[in-house]
Amino acid sequence: MTRILLRPRKLFKVPIEASAISPDNFAAARKVEEIKNQVVWEGNRPATLASIFDVEELEQGGELLEIIIEGDASKLRGVGKGMGSGTITVEGNAGIRLGEAMRGGTITVNGNVGSWLGSRMRGGRIEVSGDAGDYVGSAIRGSTRGMSGGQIVVRGSAGNEVGCWMRDGMIRIGGNVGQFAGVHMLGGTIVIEGSSRGRIGASMKGGRIVVLGEVGRVLPSFSIEEIRNVARVGEDRIPGPFYVFAGDLADDGDGRLYVSKDRNLELRFYESYIE
Amino acid sequence: MELLIKNGYVVDPANGIDCEKLDIAVRGGKIVEEVSSSAKILDASNMLVMPGGVDIHSHIAGSKTNLARVLRPEDHFRDFERRTALTRSGVGHSVPSTYTTGYRYARMGYTTVIEPATPPLKARHTHDELNDTPIIDKACFPLFGNNWHVMEYLKNGDLELCAAYLSWMLRATKGYAIKIVNPGGVEAWHWGGNVVGLDSEVPHFGITPREIVRGLCKVNKMLKLPHAIHVHPNNLGKPGNYLTTIKTMECVKDLAEGASIHITHCQFTSFKGEDWSTLRSGAQEIARYVNRNDHVTIDMGQIIFTATTTMTGDGPFEYILHQISGRKWVNKDVEAETGAGVVPVVYKRRSFVNATQWAIGLELALLIEDPWKVYLTTDHPNGGPFTAYPRVVSWLMSKRARERTMSRMNQSAARKTILQSLEREYSFEEIAIVTRAGTAKALGLKAKGHLGVGADADISIYRINPKEIDPSRDYRAVRKALRRAAYTVKDGQIVVKDGEIKEVVQGRTFWIDSRVPKDLEEKIHRELSKSFREYYTVGMENYFIGEGELARSSPIYVGEAKV
Repeated sequence: MTRILLRPRKLFKVPIEASAISPDNFAAARKVEEIKNQVVWEGNRPATLASIFDVEELEQGGELLEIIIEGDASKLRGVGKGMGSGTITVEGNAGIRLGEAMRGGTITVNGNVGSWLGSRMRGGRIEVSGDAGDYVGSAIRGSTRGMSGGQIVVRGSAGNEVGCWMRDGMIRIGGNVGQFAGVHMLGGTIVIEGSSRGRIGASMKGGRIVVLGEVGRVLPSFSIEEIRNVARVGEDRIPGPFYVFAGDLADDGDGRLYVSKDRNLELRFYESYIE
Repeated sequence: MELLIKNGYVVDPANGIDCEKLDIAVRGGKIVEEVSSSAKILDASNMLVMPGGVDIHSHIAGSKTNLARVLRPEDHFRDFERRTALTRSGVGHSVPSTYTTGYRYARMGYTTVIEPATPPLKARHTHDELNDTPIIDKACFPLFGNNWHVMEYLKNGDLELCAAYLSWMLRATKGYAIKIVNPGGVEAWHWGGNVVGLDSEVPHFGITPREIVRGLCKVNKMLKLPHAIHVHPNNLGKPGNYLTTIKTMECVKDLAEGASIHITHCQFTSFKGEDWSTLRSGAQEIARYVNRNDHVTIDMGQIIFTATTTMTGDGPFEYILHQISGRKWVNKDVEAETGAGVVPVVYKRRSFVNATQWAIGLELALLIEDPWKVYLTTDHPNGGPFTAYPRVVSWLMSKRARERTMSRMNQSAARKTILQSLEREYSFEEIAIVTRAGTAKALGLKAKGHLGVGADADISIYRINPKEIDPSRDYRAVRKALRRAAYTVKDGQIVVKDGEIKEVVQGRTFWIDSRVPKDLEEKIHRELSKSFREYYTVGMENYFIGEGELARSSPIYVGEAKV
C-alpha cells in the first residue's frame, strides 16, 4: 500500500482550495514528484503541493492509497472531493467541504471539521472524532440533491441542517445538533445521540431521524403514530422507548421521527392521541 | 481600420446571396464596396460567412433575470469561467452573469440580442446590466400589457393619449418595442386571479385582453415603431391554449400593414388537449394560420432536454408551474406596473409533456413554410439556455438528428407527434433567415442581419464548408462549428477567433426616440405628473432614464407620431 504523508510547512492564513488532495488523484501520479507538483489554490494564487506541504512517501507499492495529513488542515477546502477509493487520515482539524461528493473509500479525522462535511456524498465512510460544522451530508446551496449514500459518523456535535435534502445513507452524530436537522430530507437515516436545538425534520418527506436526547418540542406538522421499544438502524438495535412521529405533513411528507420517550417528558401529552 | 474577408462562402438571404464565394470589405465598422490594399486580410476559405446573429427574444438582464441568478446558486456551481487577461470571470448555465452572457453570445457568432420583458419601473436595473453585457448590441422591450395608464386610456377610447403616454414611456425607459405579457391577466394576478381568455374582463378596469391587444397594436402603428407588438398571449402553458393564440393573432388581423403582431415563444402557447394527460400539439393549427396570413411572425421557444430556469412576466403562470413541479418559486414585481415569477425546471426526455413540448417547437418551425415568419429561440432560459442554439439548428437541418432524439424520448409522445412525417430540412440560407435576417427584419433593425453595403460590420464566420458538408448526415459537425465561431466580427473588429474572445468592445443599446405633437406631449406631462404624485414612490424626474445612463446609446428616431 502506498502511503503519502503531508505536513503543512506553515500556519495557513488564507483558505486553500485543496480538492487535488484525493487518493484517486494521487494514484494517477506515477512518482512522488508528480504528486508534489499537483496544483492547489492558496487564496487566489495557484501553488504546488510541495510549496506548502512537506510531502513524504512512507510506503510504496500496492493499489490502495492512504493520504495522511499531519497538522492543522482547517484551512484546507474540498479535501477528498469526489474520491472513489483509498483512505485519507487527518491528524488534526480539517476544513470545510471534506469528502464532498465522495463515492467510496474512507476519511478519518482525529479532530474537528468545518461545515459541508460529506455534502453530496454518494458512498464511502467518513469518521470524525471531534465536532462538525453545519450542513453535514447536505446538498449544495440551492440544490435538492443531498447525500445519497455512504456513512458519516461524527463522535462530537454538529451544527445546523444536518442531512439537508438527504436522499439515502446514514449519518450518526454522537453529540448534539443545531437547528433543522434532517430539513427537506427524502430518505436515509440520521441518528442523533445527543439533543437537537429544534425544528427537527422540518419539511421532511421521507427517511428517518432517531433522537436519543431532547428535542424541545416537535413541529406541529408532525403527528404521533405509536410508541416503539427499539429503533432498528441497519444491524443496530437502539433501545428506546421512542415516540414515533410521521411528517412533515405540511409538505405531505411520510418521514419518521423517533424521539426518546424518557428524555422528553414534555411530549407525554401526545400519548393521548395514539389510537 | 479596414478589413477584407476573403473567399468565404457567404450566406446573406436579405440580399439574395446563397453560398456564393464573395469577399466582404469593412471600413469604420460598416460594410463597404471596397477597401484599400492596406486592409487586413481575413482568409475565410472553405468557411461559412453569415451576418452576426440577431436574437429576438432572450431574457438576459433585468430584475427577474437577476433574481433567478440569486435563486439558483446550484445553476452556477458546475458552470463557471475563469478570468483571463481580457475577460472577466463569471458563472451560469441557464442564468449566466452579464459578462459571461456577452462572451457566450459572441462566441456563437451572435452580435445583437433583445431583452424582451422589462418592468418599466425596473428599467434602470435592466440598462445597468445591459451596460455590463459586453460585445453584443442590445435593446429591451418594456411591458405594457397590464399597465394602469394604458388600460385607463384604452377603456376611455383615448388612443391619442395612450400613444403619447407610450411615446413618453419608451423614451423614459429607453425601450425599443411594446411588450405584452398575458394582457390583463397579470393585473388580475395582483388580486390573486387570472383572466381565462381574450374576452374575460380585467378586474377593476372593465376592459378585456382583446381591447388591450388591439389598442396597443393601433398605438404601435400610430407611433410608427419598427417592431410589431411583441405578444405573450393569455393562457400560456395551459393545454388547449392554441385557440387563445389563434384568436389573439386574429384579433389584430384587420390592423395589418405588413406584420401587426409577433407571437413569442409560440411553443408554450400551441398546446392542444383538455389536460396534461391528453396534451397534443396544436402546431398544425397555428402553422396553418401563420401560413395563410401575412400579419403574424412568431418565434419558436424551443425546449431543450436540460435543467434550466423559467422566468416570465406572467406571474400567475409561474405560480401554476410551481404548484405542478413543487420546485422553488419567487413571485416578483407585483408591486410594480407588472408582475413576474421564477421557477427552476428540468425538461426530461422521458416525460410525456416535455417530449411533446419539444416536438411542438420543431413542428412549428418545420410546418411554417416561410422562414421569414418564424425565428429560432429557446426563450432563453425558459426553454433552455441560448448556448443550445446550435443543437436546435441541427434538429432543423437534419431529420436524422430529430429521429435520434425522438428514439431516446418518451415513446408515447414520439408516436403522437407528426414530426416523423416531416421531411423538411432547413438549408443554410433558411438557418440564416431564422437566426439573423428574419429577426433583424422583424425588429426593423436596418443595419443588422445582412451584409449589404452600409450594414453594420457584424459578421460571423464558421469553420464549416457549406458546399461540401451534408448537414442532414453530419449534423454533429454543424453543431460543433456553430458552437464556436471561427471568427466573430463586431463593428469591424475581430472579437472572437476560434471560439476565444480576442477583443472586448462595448455594444450599443438601441432605443426608440418617439415624439408626439407638442400639445399632446404637454397634456400627457400634466396628467403623468399628477399620476406620479398620487401613485408612485418615485418622482417622475427620477423615473426617466437619461441617455447618459446608457454606456453606448443608440437612439432610433422614428419621427412624429401620426395621431
